[in-house]
Amino acid sequence: MNLEAIGAIYKYEMARARRTVTQTIVSPVISTSLYFVVFGAAIGSRIQSVGGVEYGSFIVPGLVMLSLLGQSISNASFGIYFPRFTGTIYEILSAPVSPVEIVLGYAGAAATKSVILGVIILLTAGLFVPLHFLHPVWMAAFLVLTAITFSLVGFIIGIWADGFEKLQIVPLLIVTPLTFLGGSFYSINMLPRPWRTLALFDPVVYLVSGFRWSFYGIADVNVAVSLAMTALFLAISLAVVWWIFRTGYRLKT
Amino acid sequence: MSDIVEIAGVSKTYASGFTALKGIDLTVRRGEIFALLGPNGAGKTTLIGIVCGIVQASSGTVRVDGHDIVSAWRKARSLIGLVPQELTTDAFESVWNTVSFTRGLFGLRVDPAHLESVLRALSLWDKRDSRIMTLSGGMKRRLLIAKALVHEPRVLFLDEPTAGVDVDLRHDMWQLVSRLRDEGVTVILTTHYIEEAEEMADRVGVINNGELVLVRDKADLMREFGTKRLSLRLRRPLAAVPESLSAWRLELSGDGGELTYLYDARDARGGIGEFLERVRAAGIEFTDLGTTESSLEDIFVSLVRRRP
Ligand SMILES: Nc1ncnc2c1ncn2[C@@H]1O[C@H](COP(=O)(O)OP(=O)(O)OP(=O)(O)O)[C@@H](O)[C@H]1O
Ligand SMILES: [Mg+2]
Repeated sequence: MNLEAIGAIYKYEMARARRTVTQTIVSPVISTSLYFVVFGAAIGSRIQSVGGVEYGSFIVPGLVMLSLLGQSISNASFGIYFPRFTGTIYEILSAPVSPVEIVLGYAGAAATKSVILGVIILLTAGLFVPLHFLHPVWMAAFLVLTAITFSLVGFIIGIWADGFEKLQIVPLLIVTPLTFLGGSFYSINMLPRPWRTLALFDPVVYLVSGFRWSFYGIADVNVAVSLAMTALFLAISLAVVWWIFRTGYRLKT
Repeated sequence: MSDIVEIAGVSKTYASGFTALKGIDLTVRRGEIFALLGPNGAGKTTLIGIVCGIVQASSGTVRVDGHDIVSAWRKARSLIGLVPQELTTDAFESVWNTVSFTRGLFGLRVDPAHLESVLRALSLWDKRDSRIMTLSGGMKRRLLIAKALVHEPRVLFLDEPTAGVDVDLRHDMWQLVSRLRDEGVTVILTTHYIEEAEEMADRVGVINNGELVLVRDKADLMREFGTKRLSLRLRRPLAAVPESLSAWRLELSGDGGELTYLYDARDARGGIGEFLERVRAAGIEFTDLGTTESSLEDIFVSLVRRRP
């Protein structure tokens, strides 16, 4: 294991985040605050509570998930796409660095940034509504697992993309809609029957539900199912990454 | 000891269906400077890419210091430094950070003293805290060389190191290469500048249309093809070469107006002074004279032209 190399990539990526601190930290904090103003204060005042949890607090896990998914994907995809775009990827390909080490460096840094961001959003949320963690260890587990999984998804997108617009397409057209539909701001139990069944095909439902359970003990789907699904997404991402490196897909000509 | 780079039967067909390399066999000896010459699109960068792990060969094997680049890739790559043809850099990083990054990729700890010596050797020490985008093109080229040397490779690939580089820097580069040779580093470079190969290389390989046309010691090549010619413009045309000059390699032009002496400058026996005395003794007068020498460039052009 080339630990120095993992560290070098990781440090390099973290340094990039420090250079773009506005983009990685400030803007999500501002948008989270806006969500609280809109959903928490304006709409929340008309919704009493969901499953015994005040609406403002109810949306916190969903909000964290929303940013976590978006930022993990955009961070990781940009991190690997940029060297491909500029050509500096030659350095990594010609260095004694294994695929696993490359992924650990890039996805690891992206996941770290996402987790930091998630914590910052939680702290921001704490300014608006009372927070409550029923299962803090599980909360941390869901946070970290999701950050890792979607950093891997971002890594895959960054390798698949052959233009900057493609980097945006997946987050914009797939992830954001799925997050909104996936019960970030409501319980899918509030949906009428056919929609509710349909929602169960949305993977984000399982992530948000499990995460919310770790806060308030309420869930749309069984927490074991949530955990199994989270693990499944992680396994799928790992398999795709493994395939990419095995075939040299889009990395080597 | 085995050769440092052993390339056997390497072919490359790109996804587009284009075959860039056709069964290349080449060995590069330990410690030598090997120049790979060839016209645009000949396959030089592709070949280097395969050895360095950037391009996947369609067939064939490559060993670096005995380590197969596929089965022992980690060991093989750790021995190689690569300066790519294109100036590819991360514009936003500082010089120091990008060089440290490369060293890290090769599994080595950042060693400030070593980094300093590499940056000083390439006159980049003053620029260590500058962002790469503020460097000039020549500085970027040197930075790429610094990055390629920072992990102390045993084999250095320089893909057109002096493209777009001014005369001063080119000579610095040549000096650097000979310094590396003294340290025992094997250098493989590609170039379009024949004088560069002539100046630096121990051996020369010519690649054209994905095929290795020739590999030869530069000195042999120059001797074999590098004949000098002394031409005399005669006052009065000759019908034939006089008997007294028959021991010399001479050519008489069709109209008898020009006499050409072919000789090898490295051959002590071929002195032109003596020849000119003989010419005078034979009563031949001339109005003008000139010498020409076939350069590596002529050799190269004739080799590449010969094959369509
Ligand atoms: N990724 C690719 N896909 C398809 N064809 C390619 C690719 N890369 C290179 N080629 C083709 O392979 C051939 C060899 O290219 P290569 O870059 O190895 O040439 P070269 O000898 O380095 O040329 P130059 O002196 O211009 O740098 C060219 O015809 C080029 O168009
Ligand atoms: Mg080239």
